[in-house]
Amino acid sequence: MPQVITYREAVAVGLAQEMERDPSVVLIGEDIATAGGVFKATAGLLEKFGPKRVRDTPISEQAILGAAMGAAMTGLRPVAELMFADFVSVCHDLVVNQIAKARYMTNGQISLPLVVRFGNGGGLRFGAQHSQSVEGWLMAVPGLKVVVPSTPADVVGLMAAAVRDEDPVMFLEEKALYPTSGEVPEGEHVDELGTARVRRAGSDASIFALGTMVHRALGAAGQLAAEGIDCEVVDLRSLVPLDVSTVAASVAKTGRVFTVEEGPRLCGWGAELASIVAEECFYDLDAPVRRVTTPHIPLPAADSLEDAAIPSVERVVAVVREGLG
Amino acid sequence: MSNDTVKRPPREAEGSRGAEARVEMYRAQVRVRLFEKEAYNLFLQNLVKGTSHLAIGQEAVAAGVSAALRPDDYVFATYRGHAHAISRGAPMTACFAELMGRESGLMAGKGGSMHLTYAKGNFMGSYAIVGAHLTIANGAAWSAVYRGTDQVAVAFFGDGATNIGAFHEALNLAATWKLPVVFVCENNLYMEYTPISQVTAVAQPAADRASAYGLPPVLVDGNDADAVHEAATEAVERARSGGGPSLVEAVTYRHGGHSRADPGKYRPDEEVAEWLAKDPLPRYRTRLQGEGVEAPLLDRIEADARDEVDRAREEAKAAPPADPAHLETEVFSYGESSWRR
Ligand SMILES: Cc1ncc(C[n+]2csc(CCOP(=O)(O)OP(=O)(O)O)c2C)c(N)n1
Ligand SMILES: [Mg+2]
Repeated sequence: MPQVITYREAVAVGLAQEMERDPSVVLIGEDIATAGGVFKATAGLLEKFGPKRVRDTPISEQAILGAAMGAAMTGLRPVAELMFADFVSVCHDLVVNQIAKARYMTNGQISLPLVVRFGNGGGLRFGAQHSQSVEGWLMAVPGLKVVVPSTPADVVGLMAAAVRDEDPVMFLEEKALYPTSGEVPEGEHVDELGTARVRRAGSDASIFALGTMVHRALGAAGQLAAEGIDCEVVDLRSLVPLDVSTVAASVAKTGRVFTVEEGPRLCGWGAELASIVAEECFYDLDAPVRRVTTPHIPLPAADSLEDAAIPSVERVVAVVREGLG
Repeated sequence: MSNDTVKRPPREAEGSRGAEARVEMYRAQVRVRLFEKEAYNLFLQNLVKGTSHLAIGQEAVAAGVSAALRPDDYVFATYRGHAHAISRGAPMTACFAELMGRESGLMAGKGGSMHLTYAKGNFMGSYAIVGAHLTIANGAAWSAVYRGTDQVAVAFFGDGATNIGAFHEALNLAATWKLPVVFVCENNLYMEYTPISQVTAVAQPAADRASAYGLPPVLVDGNDADAVHEAATEAVERARSGGGPSLVEAVTYRHGGHSRADPGKYRPDEEVAEWLAKDPLPRYRTRLQGEGVEAPLLDRIEADARDEVDRAREEAKAAPPADPAHLETEVFSYGESSWRR
């Protein structure tokens, strides 16, 4: 029987599944062991797997990722937590110059089967330095895989895929989704990186979304259905690799493309998607691509401001309605 | 320098270490010296493009530390890493070829001079963002402990690296986790063009920081392979036996500029002259001869290294340029660069 768990619990379930299977999987990060993580996403893992495999670190993000990288190139499969995704900025070098490039620069002599976990995104009133969606930064770097699950089942399945992958995977857990729940399959669950999911089939418009925004897109599609507009909602799940075939198939079907992105406007993943669609699906298009994003601003703290910044169900509804009008 | 800093005067004679092994340390220094001189020539001929950072004058550090290591230990170096690559068995031909952008290069031309890597010899790479690889060496050391081996990781870095955050993050984690890692600071007194003393709060950039991480300060004459070897042996043994990390500061000097054709004019003539007089190679040769090693043996070592370098250079020169057909390979584990499906 499938069980219903939270997105937060799914992180530990996914990690435990892989740790039981493979003794080379080890976890490091600030407060992840005794405290179970600031997001409590690793709660119970220390008790289950012991301090050798679940390890607290100092507040040293470069040292954390360096340790993960050195361990990955010498036989372990480390999973490092960076706590708030915003903190990737203090170890950008490790991510961008070291981890991402090692295989290429060494012509394949070095493999880095590691996962970096991030608490990503806004909606929690944490202000500009604890709310960012960093997928745009990460997808711009050759050599990184970038995954953003939107459901507990995907957290488990994509985590398993990420841990088993031979390449560095940036695993962005959406902070706003931690308390949400959903069914996860019984028994071992392993998904596939680089595969999008059609969450709702439709014929009038394709809405492409990621992470938290998938749920907003689905909410919007529900409202639009009441008006007779039949939207398809595609959960990209992974930006690198990007499932272009599923994207193209959806565009061929609907002819109208909308993106819903939590990140700020410029160079968001939707811009890349729009460019792919323009190059490869131009003759399937019946209207210009429309992007719904956070404005190009740092995220504010106040409820009213943050809610106005991040794409809402209402804003998606309005843009789609206008786009089809 | 703090008062309790361990000073290691060059030894009169090496008791524990056999003459043969010390002759090999001489060979190691000569091979690097000749390789580096040739790399410089190739640069002047525009056969080595971009940049390169030579270790001429600093050979005793790589030689002394390498001789203290086992083949399965891990080594991490900087962009000034030709010496360390060669010391870990990277074939000279492939090194020259990499410098010259050839298909037969150590990394098929994808890395270049600053990123020499020879994973087969557990030479886990040369890193060109100052300080980063200290944290990565920790990871290799942690993995060794986790896997229950007694391998040791060594990170070589410059004096300049002691002022970057990664150095301090790495030292603290290594000390806290008691990792089997040896941090070797090659203090050549300069960063690129600025003296380290001008921008550092303490006199010995590494040794004077050791106490902050609960480590004993270790300061050695980096132009003396025996002294380096002795300090490294102690540090490696400590790491191997579960005693945790060490921070070794080896004071040395680069004969040339920071990189490429930098003439190093910012350095006072007297200073350069003083250090040239302490050139580790003739110094070591003289010492070995003084201890009874026959001159013809040492001559032979020099001639062999000369032949090896000449042969390697010619082979590398004859190799075809890196093949653009491989431009997009090895970005991901499936062998290529595709970001889409
Ligand atoms: C983070 C970073 N900052 C600056 C540089 C540019 N840079 C390259 S080498 C160098 C000097 C480093 O000096 P040191 O650590 O003493 O090493 P040395 O070159 O003397 O061996 C600098 C500033 C860099 N590569 N990385
Ligand atoms: Mg220096």
